[in-house]
Amino acid sequence: MGVAHPTEIRIEPGVAEAVSRLTVVPQRRYGIWVGTALALFLAFLIIRAFASNPAFAWPTVVGYLLHPSVMRGLGNTLMLTAVIMILAIVVGTVIAIMRVSPSPVLRSFAGLYVWFFRGVPALIQLIFWFNLSLLVREVSLTIPFVGTLFSVRTNDFMTPFFSAVVALSLCEAGYMAEIIRAGIKSVPSGQAEAASALGMPYRLILKRITLPQAMRFVLPPTGNEAINLLKMTSLVTFIAVDDLFYSAQSIYARTFETIPLLIVVAFWYLAVVSVMSVGQHFLERHFGRSDTRRDPMTMRFLRNFISLRGISR
Amino acid sequence: MSDVKDENRARFGVPADSMVFARGVRKSYGPLEVLKGVDLDVPVGSVACIIGPSGSGKSTFLRCINHLEKLSAGILLVDSQFVGYDLRDDKLYEVKDDLLCQRRAETGMLFQSFNLFSHMTVMENLIEAPMQVRRIPPDQAKAEAEILLRRVGLLDKVDRYPRELSGGQQQRVAIARAMAMKPKVLLFDEPTSALDPELVGEVLQVMRDLAESGMTMVVVTHEIGFAREIGDQLVFMDGGVIIERGAPREMIANPVSPRTREFLSRVL
Repeated sequence: MGVAHPTEIRIEPGVAEAVSRLTVVPQRRYGIWVGTALALFLAFLIIRAFASNPAFAWPTVVGYLLHPSVMRGLGNTLMLTAVIMILAIVVGTVIAIMRVSPSPVLRSFAGLYVWFFRGVPALIQLIFWFNLSLLVREVSLTIPFVGTLFSVRTNDFMTPFFSAVVALSLCEAGYMAEIIRAGIKSVPSGQAEAASALGMPYRLILKRITLPQAMRFVLPPTGNEAINLLKMTSLVTFIAVDDLFYSAQSIYARTFETIPLLIVVAFWYLAVVSVMSVGQHFLERHFGRSDTRRDPMTMRFLRNFISLRGISR
Repeated sequence: MSDVKDENRARFGVPADSMVFARGVRKSYGPLEVLKGVDLDVPVGSVACIIGPSGSGKSTFLRCINHLEKLSAGILLVDSQFVGYDLRDDKLYEVKDDLLCQRRAETGMLFQSFNLFSHMTVMENLIEAPMQVRRIPPDQAKAEAEILLRRVGLLDKVDRYPRELSGGQQQRVAIARAMAMKPKVLLFDEPTSALDPELVGEVLQVMRDLAESGMTMVVVTHEIGFAREIGDQLVFMDGGVIIERGAPREMIANPVSPRTREFLSRVL
């Protein structure tokens, strides 16, 4: 004989009352309490040290925050970062496209490029380009039967600023190439296949289908690279480019107010990085738009609101 | 243009009403031969359905038709013309990319996984190739796209992104996208295999409408019912060759080859 299957379950009033009387007691997490207390205590110590130690010389910090040569240095740092990042993205895209090309020669060339420029420390590349004149005395373009079109001494154009741009762009392009290649690889192959079945030529597929979709994967690491690059430009101090760090250095070399000026420098780097992070967030949202449903903000707000109400009850 | 077609017809014995003409098509990947001599005729306005076990080479053959795969041997003509070559003095010269693309655009292709451009809305998916490849002005491209979307019953989804649509809706958009290039022939590579069972019907209905409107179609499918109802010819492939071909109803009812019989008994 089989088990009788009830067609309806009736809840007795007594049972319902017993269920509703139950309350949940959250688990006690003593480790978190101890950790919180320690963190607060540590924060107190640090803030007290910052506030009470006269060597920080906060009035001096404030005095130098908007100092004209600090401002000029900040301007140069921002310009270097922007110019290098743009060049690195352009060169990196070309190298990345070469790395996914059908030609083994192009692929190997791009592979060697990435291997070299990622492998050699940026500082060494920087000093190398700055000293290019030791290797090449002058650059000239000579065409047979026409003669020399132009000839420039290397030292005349390899200014500190120009060598900084060349060295760091080539170096950064190595990283960007890898990021963009990974982005291209992340686009499902069916996308390019469908495009070519529609009669789109290779370069059009790259431009209209593959690269735009790769953007979504490329953007977050590119934001990180831009932030890293901003800080990496402080290396140009070594070849006497007048950047943020160099300008601070040249002040404290005279006045010996080392710590306050380092704080000024750190403040500006942090400020720019914060602005860049916000910008990155909005860019990601723009390029991820086909990922999310319509009105993502409204939907998310509603969902959170509802779940909050659910918990508080 | 028609000179070339006439010449090919005379030379290779292509029937006057031929849309797809394949003779001795072979395709190898290194030592692995996937197609071992396939012959096929698909007349204008007819529907050919290709069935067979996976690995039988049917998808590869389909991809040879629009030159997504190059043949290792044999010839394949679409509308009495080579897709990827120009024939001069017994030599097949590979054509330049731009010309290849123009010719490939005359054959539409549908995929198992739809492959709608995921960063574009439905409308953008439909107007992309007409505008970029055929240089059709935006207004005209949009107007034509709307007609096609109405035809597949998805005019209300113009501004949606592919992932907001069901699989069946995505495949219908993909069909509209292929039709936007006004192809001479449509190639379907298992168009309903990735769909939930209850969504298969809507896609087959759109394909049925296309067939009735006189579209030439080559369909690789597992939908035996569709092949029987819509197909003008049924082709059974196995091991890189065509084992049997014929009128769908008769072939399904009385398969001649034991391999066809065995395959049909497993899928019916």
